[in-house]
Amino acid sequence: MNPHVILRVVAKMLIPLIALFAFYVQFHGDFGPGGGFQAGVIFASSIILYALIFGMAAAKKAMPPSWVRIGMSLGVLLYGGTGVATWLLGGNFLDYTRFAPESTHAAGQHWGIFSVELGVLCTVACAMLAIFYAFGSRVQDLSDEDW
Amino acid sequence: MHLSPVLFLNIGLMAMLIVVAIAVVRMRSLFAIVMLQGVYSLLSAVWFVSLDAVDVAFTEAAVGAGVSTVLMLGAMLLTDRDVKPIATKQKLGPLLVVIVTGVAMFYAIGDMPAYGDGMSPANAYIGAEYIEATKREIFLPNVVTAVLASYRGYDTFGETVVIFMAGLGVLLLLGLNGNAGQWRAKPNGRNIAKNVTPPRKHIEEAEEKPKVKKTRKAAKPRVRKKS
Repeated sequence: MNPHVILRVVAKMLIPLIALFAFYVQFHGDFGPGGGFQAGVIFASSIILYALIFGMAAAKKAMPPSWVRIGMSLGVLLYGGTGVATWLLGGNFLDYTRFAPESTHAAGQHWGIFSVELGVLCTVACAMLAIFYAFGSRVQDLSDEDW
Repeated sequence: MHLSPVLFLNIGLMAMLIVVAIAVVRMRSLFAIVMLQGVYSLLSAVWFVSLDAVDVAFTEAAVGAGVSTVLMLGAMLLTDRDVKPIATKQKLGPLLVVIVTGVAMFYAIGDMPAYGDGMSPANAYIGAEYIEATKREIFLPNVVTAVLASYRGYDTFGETVVIFMAGLGVLLLLGLNGNAGQWRAKPNGRNIAKNVTPPRKHIEEAEEKPKVKKTRKAAKPRVRKKS
């Protein structure tokens, strides 16, 4: 029997909650503390926790390195793309009011902030995971006595 | 100054920060140092909450105590478990510089605005403008998000690119699976390609082997010619 069975059971319950909390922080960032950066780090830490407890190979199955590589650049593209979109709509770079110029409650700003924060989430989560994968994959699996 | 519970809390937190910092300096075990750095981050996160900087506290707890602790552990496993003390001569020059800077900073404390002063330079001009304009222009309850993503959108774009570049830099150096461009070696003219970097022992063997084999190969033809 695995000596870490309690750790594994508890982690299995906690990891989905941590990931869910990341998305709460992301989409609630307009109203309370938080935002893309914090949400990205929390989401990355849920996967890192999975990797620490179930091993690197399992984590790479759950979140393949190719996704990480694509997500890193996709986030920056989403952020920059929002700016380019406002250009194409006739405004300045990142001038979100252009998304809904007639709105009386600044809906354009809300859409712009939403999309930009999504880009930050993507880049931060994937960059943190990329750094973790890069370091973690170099370490051979340790037995408990090695610690 | 009246004595409030918050004051005691702040003094206690600062004292704990100093204790942890000294412990980090004095420790020799890297594992304990990494863990204490996590404790330090959590303590500063608590302190940020007591300063009403909830967003900063959030980031500090997630990045400082969470991810960076794990990354430091990963780096530690690749290097060494203990710090080896290096004998250094007592240097009076650097000590003098540190003392003079510290005294100058304490001298400057008197000129600092009171905590939360609405008329302080940080709060008075553009800060007050953002707080006032957010209600009118962006309709968001969280001013921090409005400033970060809208008013200072360029800065945040720059920060996102910086994080992207940091990830990219690590990937270029180490590779996403710890195998930058796959691990390749050419011992004895034979191409060896592996998906993963081999552990230290194997590298040392691979470095030593070619020497042995080369001498053998160099020796063999001579023998054949003679025979």
